[in-house]
Amino acid sequence: MTLQNNIRFVQGNEACVEGALYAGVNFFAGYPITPSTEIAEHLAERLPRQGGKFIQMEDEIASMGAILGASLTGKKVMTATSGPGFSLKQEALGYACMAEIPCVIANVQRGGPSTGNPTHVSQGDVNQARWGTHGDHAIIALTASNNQDVFTITVEAFNLAETYRTPVIILLDEVVGHMREKLTIPEQEDIPVVGRLRTAVAKGVDYHPYLPREDGRLPMSDFGAEHRYNVTGLFHDMWGFPSNNPKVVSELLRHLVDKIENNAESITMFKEYWLDDADYILVSYGSSARSAIHIAKNRRARGVKIGVLELQTLWPFPTDMVREKCANAKAVLVVEMNMGQVVTQVKNAVDNPNNVFLANRIDGQLISPTDIKTILRMIQGKGV
Amino acid sequence: MATKEFDFKYYIRSRFFPHIWCPGCGHGIVLGSLLRAIHELGLDKNEIVMTSGIGCSSRISGYVDFHSLHTIHGRALTFATGVKLAKPGITAIVPMGDGDALAIGGNHFIHAARRNIDITAIVMNNRIYGMTGGQFSPLSGLGKKATTAPFSTIDNQFDVVELAKSAGASFVARSTVFHATECKDLLKKAISHKGFSVVEILSQCPTYYGRKNKQGDAVQMMEGFKTNTVKLGSKKLEKNPDLIQRGIFVEDTQKAEYCEAYDKIIATAMKGDA
Repeated sequence: MTLQNNIRFVQGNEACVEGALYAGVNFFAGYPITPSTEIAEHLAERLPRQGGKFIQMEDEIASMGAILGASLTGKKVMTATSGPGFSLKQEALGYACMAEIPCVIANVQRGGPSTGNPTHVSQGDVNQARWGTHGDHAIIALTASNNQDVFTITVEAFNLAETYRTPVIILLDEVVGHMREKLTIPEQEDIPVVGRLRTAVAKGVDYHPYLPREDGRLPMSDFGAEHRYNVTGLFHDMWGFPSNNPKVVSELLRHLVDKIENNAESITMFKEYWLDDADYILVSYGSSARSAIHIAKNRRARGVKIGVLELQTLWPFPTDMVREKCANAKAVLVVEMNMGQVVTQVKNAVDNPNNVFLANRIDGQLISPTDIKTILRMIQGKGV
Repeated sequence: MATKEFDFKYYIRSRFFPHIWCPGCGHGIVLGSLLRAIHELGLDKNEIVMTSGIGCSSRISGYVDFHSLHTIHGRALTFATGVKLAKPGITAIVPMGDGDALAIGGNHFIHAARRNIDITAIVMNNRIYGMTGGQFSPLSGLGKKATTAPFSTIDNQFDVVELAKSAGASFVARSTVFHATECKDLLKKAISHKGFSVVEILSQCPTYYGRKNKQGDAVQMMEGFKTNTVKLGSKKLEKNPDLIQRGIFVEDTQKAEYCEAYDKIIATAMKGDA
């Protein structure tokens, strides 16, 4: 059976690598940083085996530059980093938004700010993923709590990057990245893979690299192919020529935001557990969702009507879905390992923000089911 | 194509003109020399990717009818590294200013040289940040005036040639915009060379560097390039060792080129898989 060969016992970072290879990654540039380094190490070995390219650059900024250059030649590209490295990548990430270059950036979160707690878990980069680069823009960020889902969202990250010609961020955390568990690699047809959409405009006919089709997609032309065009971080017209014409500027900015925000519903990925009759809803993501699911299962067995909403798309934030799912809850606990980044979004989404509470842990330790239980009991008025 | 007479208009995007460079700026001469070099090499426009960063010099990539990638400040070589490694058949040319290449981009400059990846890096050295209005650069040198050095610079300067040599570039040359034909010939050799090539071209910024340092107008500044420079190893150096030398300082055809070396890694990795 081929199925046997598709089962692995791996770290989350390796699940990310497997997902990227499944999606067709063929160019990776990176720089060593804990706790994401295994992604680079595994791709250094795997990519050349199938004719792909791996390069270790001199820093994080250079890694971003290299993947963007490679993407323009038609490659499916990726880089991986953590905390401080993610900070360094922000300027080029904004360039990728502006120049509409598909790419995937994995950030395996560790404690911050600054050097912080490099070998310990955190989920402190949620807002940085949204607003790390300067200026108005939209962004897609996905996350997962287990290896199988890390694989799936990594494939989806590449698909979304190609569909919307945009950078997509995979926000893992140290626990998910380093935890070993089972991964079953799907057959090649099981998850659809979106390829590069290339222009059908013939040689010698005017090609508009920045003119969206009716369906909103922008077909690309590879560097080295017949259509020569300009790519710039300046505001630009449909040919890629710089422009500060107010109409061109406002239309481009609206396009960059709308192409993602208007499709938020189809970009939204989530999982739900026991929500149908839930009085109490735990909203969580990444490794903290594992503890949330554990304690919800435990409390259910004791008669508490509790469920879990596990977010996989963090940006664009699935406001409508969260409002809908939490509509009948007595209380919503947002379980995350930061000072309250997603809780702000949830409060903004629901009808009664006073019923939304933060269950967090910020000391580099994984938030435990007991931690959540304690906070839940206090909200229930039962004391600890 | 090489036999056809050179036609400037064939190589430029006329809708991009007029260019942003000030009257008397030397950068247009670099553009002219570069396009003539490309013409004489008979390169297909589709095989050239011109990548640049930010600054006066970096606007050059928009003016030419090649694949053009106008990136972020200091990082042009990193984008070009991605382009070249992803598609080694491409001719990668990276024009940079002195601040772009050697201040904010200094790390990328030495590492691209160290890898010996087949990119032609052109340092258009006018010793000043022009676009932001005349601040000193790492190539201004001691005792110069700039808007951020109203009294005098106390910063030492890099020697582009020595830096490129020691970082591992396998082709290193220098010329000036006064010597436009020499420029063209050096650029031809640099582009043809397999490996990381650096061509430093001294260019004048009469608007800021010239004005701040009382070097006269563009013509006087270009006269300076004529009188203050000599061909590599000239006898004039015995009398005046401070003269700036022009020519080819390094031309190493034996050193392994990065993309070719990686192709060998792929061959090894694929064999291991079988």
